[in-house]
Amino acid sequence: MENKTVLEMRNIHKSFPGVRALQGVNFTLREGEIHALMGENGAGKSTLIKVLTGVYGKDEGEIFLKGKEKAVAIRSPQDAQKLGISTVYQEITLCPNLSVAENMYIGRTSGVCQNWKKMNKDADKILQSLDIPAKATQQLASCSIAVQQMVAIARAVDMDCKVLILDEPTSSLDDQEVEKLFGLMRDLKARGVGIIFVTHFLDQVYEVCDKITVLRDGKLVGEYEIKDLPRVQLVSKMLGKDLDDLSDIKGENAAYDKEDASKPVFETEGLVSNAGIKPFDFYIKKGEVNGFTGLLGSGRSECVRAIFGADRVIGGTVKKNGKVIKITKPLDAMKNGIAYLPEDRKIDGIVGDLSVRENIILALQVLKGFFKPFSKAEANQFADEYIKLLGIKTASADTPIKSLSGGNQQKVILARWLLTHPEYLILDEPTRGIDVGTKIDIQKLVLKLASEGMSVTFISSETDEMLRTCSRLIVMRDRKVVGELSGDDLTQNKIMSTIAGGDRE
Amino acid sequence: MSFMNRLRDKSKNMTDTNLLLLITIVVFFAMYIGAILFQGKGFLKPQTFFNILNANASLIILSCGMSLVMITGGIDISVGGVTALVSMCCAVYLDYHNGNVFVAVLIALAIGLAFGLVQGFLVAYLDIQPFIVTLAGMFFARGMTTIVNTNPFNVQNEAFVALKETRVIVPGFGSVNKLGKYVPAYIEIGVVVAILIVIVLFCVLRWTKLGRSFYAVGGNSQSALMLGINVKRTKFLSHLICGLLAGVGGFVYFMHVGSGSASHASGMEMNAIASSIIGGTMLTGGVGNIIGTFFGVLSLSTIQNIVSSAGLDQAWWTGITIAAMLCLFLVIQSIVMARKKRALRKN
Repeated sequence: MENKTVLEMRNIHKSFPGVRALQGVNFTLREGEIHALMGENGAGKSTLIKVLTGVYGKDEGEIFLKGKEKAVAIRSPQDAQKLGISTVYQEITLCPNLSVAENMYIGRTSGVCQNWKKMNKDADKILQSLDIPAKATQQLASCSIAVQQMVAIARAVDMDCKVLILDEPTSSLDDQEVEKLFGLMRDLKARGVGIIFVTHFLDQVYEVCDKITVLRDGKLVGEYEIKDLPRVQLVSKMLGKDLDDLSDIKGENAAYDKEDASKPVFETEGLVSNAGIKPFDFYIKKGEVNGFTGLLGSGRSECVRAIFGADRVIGGTVKKNGKVIKITKPLDAMKNGIAYLPEDRKIDGIVGDLSVRENIILALQVLKGFFKPFSKAEANQFADEYIKLLGIKTASADTPIKSLSGGNQQKVILARWLLTHPEYLILDEPTRGIDVGTKIDIQKLVLKLASEGMSVTFISSETDEMLRTCSRLIVMRDRKVVGELSGDDLTQNKIMSTIAGGDRE
Repeated sequence: MSFMNRLRDKSKNMTDTNLLLLITIVVFFAMYIGAILFQGKGFLKPQTFFNILNANASLIILSCGMSLVMITGGIDISVGGVTALVSMCCAVYLDYHNGNVFVAVLIALAIGLAFGLVQGFLVAYLDIQPFIVTLAGMFFARGMTTIVNTNPFNVQNEAFVALKETRVIVPGFGSVNKLGKYVPAYIEIGVVVAILIVIVLFCVLRWTKLGRSFYAVGGNSQSALMLGINVKRTKFLSHLICGLLAGVGGFVYFMHVGSGSASHASGMEMNAIASSIIGGTMLTGGVGNIIGTFFGVLSLSTIQNIVSSAGLDQAWWTGITIAAMLCLFLVIQSIVMARKKRALRKN
């Protein structure tokens, strides 16, 4: 063990029923280093972190810490904390009803009484030294998520942590907040803390990290200096294959351009819902992929929700093949061959305790009616077919969906809608929070479906993703459709200027 | 308007607990002043206020325990049943066996402690819903009360009657009656016990690590675990203390009514829950204050007093007014919390 090494994990193995989550993984962290842990969903990042923090026990392997002769045993999060390993999770693990100072000190000081004065003073000192914009006496719930995360880090720092694990800390932060967090991370790095940084955002890795360790399918791919590993190579290492040239995808979707003359399958006229959008006109042709783009909150989701009947429609009409249809609730839309993959899969999409199979057949079951259940054999056949088709990584069709990774949950929901064989598929942020590999899978799938004649509307916050898949973009600003781009106009710059509003120039 | 703005600015920096406490106290005083204005001079007499305390000392004690459990994120609906059981057991012991008053107190404490131990164990260590556990506890206590003795009866034990009639004079609050004679103001021993418990429990919740861990567990038990708090032990202790207080409250109730009956304290657990909520304790856990609970009980019983002195002395009127008041408090609470949240979002 080198002198500067603060943590070394050697040959870690961990299995769950049906899955070998970690197979002989090594990981080394040095003093004053920000070390990115990268991998697709299901690559074993979370498992490795959980082994390190004592949430899971390991089947095999050793963990060494600086200053300890022998391998250490970590049996609980408390053990890990005592050894100087602290974790800050994406979901805040503090108590929102207590004050900032209490959250920093509760559960780790001795004695019977609470000395508020001393505690508040100490807390303020640490907050100041780390430049965190919070007061010790403030209630935690009154701080922004970013500040709450920083308070969690401050707690860890004060506990004299040697190893700080940041598990997707930036997912719910805006750019400025991310910048602040990075400032704090660099500060800690200068103090000699070793930081493990888990994230999906490649940009952020290249902005703050020194080293990258890549995992794939539970195995170690390698440890790299950040400067030795360009972005494209990182992605290909994570995926385990040479990255398909993404521009190739675009080639595939040329097929439907020829059918340009065909009539729209679905169109709306002055459609408006109670969600606060302005009336909008919209159409989609057979085999077309189009998209709504715009800033967050510009009304992209609200438009498609209105088409699907998920929000209450208060005006306008929807036509299918030229005939007016009445959609007042999602079931009406489903019966007319529309499928909608909602934005937030946790709230609107998955039924966590049901199995993958039940989640897949849910929408079709609704269409068929609840009193005519599918036979076990039918259900199994559907489930197996789509698990294979979409490459869903699950132990079996009986696994509860909540135990799957985010990307795989998304694929299950997608399978659910594909099973209803819709004519028109609406995908609202289908790639949010999932790894690069699955993202590309989904994009390819969209284009494949379109080439088979399905119409698809695709919404994503990442414009390059939209450019890759859509042949026509509807641009929204302030809950209003402000433009439509197609053909040569489909460029990043053009989209930006349309969103920003060209009329100001 | 500038006053309202200043108030809003202040409320932004307040913890939820303190904000709700403030609301409770303000509403209580507003109500009491209203009672004085509309129900005449009766409410102006200090003894009227002390009588409210005398009649509700046991409810104060039960509500303290209830608040503690609710702050930790649980609930205990067995306290009314335990009160009845304690009354009956003590009554039988004192009257039929001519027992000693001190031993009777010990019996009361033992019954409360036993309920707290068992319910706490089931909730904390076997992870059963507190509502279910204490529902069973309630049925068990009510059933046992009837088994101990079916018929209601008054206790004649001399030592006990002496204790029951002991009055603690409150100097300076007496009044002169129609005959021109000075009548001193008094409270019962139960009130002294109740106030002591309020003070002790307030201090425990505010200034001890154990007290703060009740709040932490109620706020987010998963987080509390990650922060290194022994969540199971904390939940266990909350039920244990609540059970013990139900024993104490039961004896105070028994001292006030001086009889044993299977129908004693029926629905009292609901009054305790109502008082806690009016006092600013949230059913979702993590927010609450014992001083608030104290004022919650006072608000509830003042309303009952107003209703009965207005000549509407029927059970359903009391029920309806309590319902109205609960709604009022919950609406005020949610409006204030929503405003606070909105003000914070603006920042």
